[in-house]
Amino acid sequence: MTVSELAAVQGFEAVTLPDGERKIGGVYIGDLLSWVMGRAKADDAWITIMSNINVAAVAALADVACVILAEGVELDGTVKETAESKGINVLTAHMPAYETAMALASRL
Amino acid sequence: MVNYMAEPLVFHFEVDGDNFTSAGQASVQVKKNLRELGIDPETIRRVSIAMYEGEINMVIHAHGGVAEVIVSDESVEIILKDTGPGIPNIEQAMQEGFSTAPDNVRSLGFGAGMGLPNMKRYTDYMHIDSVVGVGTTITMKVNY
Ligand SMILES: Nc1ncnc2c1ncn2[C@@H]1O[C@H](COP(=O)(O)OP(=O)(O)O)[C@@H](O)[C@H]1O
Ligand SMILES: [Mg+2]
Repeated sequence: MTVSELAAVQGFEAVTLPDGERKIGGVYIGDLLSWVMGRAKADDAWITIMSNINVAAVAALADVACVILAEGVELDGTVKETAESKGINVLTAHMPAYETAMALASRL
Repeated sequence: MVNYMAEPLVFHFEVDGDNFTSAGQASVQVKKNLRELGIDPETIRRVSIAMYEGEINMVIHAHGGVAEVIVSDESVEIILKDTGPGIPNIEQAMQEGFSTAPDNVRSLGFGAGMGLPNMKRYTDYMHIDSVVGVGTTITMKVNY
């Protein structure tokens, strides 16, 4: 499914959607940035509760399809603008990481 | 692949050691440059992640430094140079999970002790040259 399609699913909400047509290839869950860079694959949806500026850089460099902030977490300060300008899709999910992944798994 | 490159392209960056929020700027810029050169996405991903980990290390552990990226027709070479404290035991530093990062850095999601292992994982060549009290130079190469 595409990131835009996921954003329309109940419980998910778009924060930034500059590249909504991007296809989600898999899922990776993690908050330690080096683990994410070492283990996430390109096109994964990355589920995390981290919300600082470095999340935007890691998402860009690891080439994930989107960041999904679990637990309804909000982006810090100006991270939203940075993500938007870097072409990073960010969604919020109003549920814990496990339920977020389950909701995704049934649709991939 | 880069076709008919007459001479290697060299990109040079200063990495600010005091600014954690701008950390990663050099790597993001390199990613952009490589994309414009038409280099394949997987190579770009490997170069960007390896460089970002090194850049972050220079910010966290060494008060910044300089980065040089050399794009030739067979590889992308990344040279990261700092005049920080140096690494006393490289073998130990290379182990997954080893970290001397302070708590404030950990709360940002760094300091998992996976940076140097990631740099090794994503590159075809990596060499660490470090002298305690003098600084560290890390050379990495990703072949196409
Ligand atoms: N440029 C550097 N200067 C001094 N020490 C470094 C440098 N890079 C890495 N180190 C040391 O090696 C350790 C392991 O690095 P790394 O694997 O990136 O883990 P982390 O950065 O999460 O601590 C660091 O905690 C630090 O002690
Ligand atoms: Mg590190």
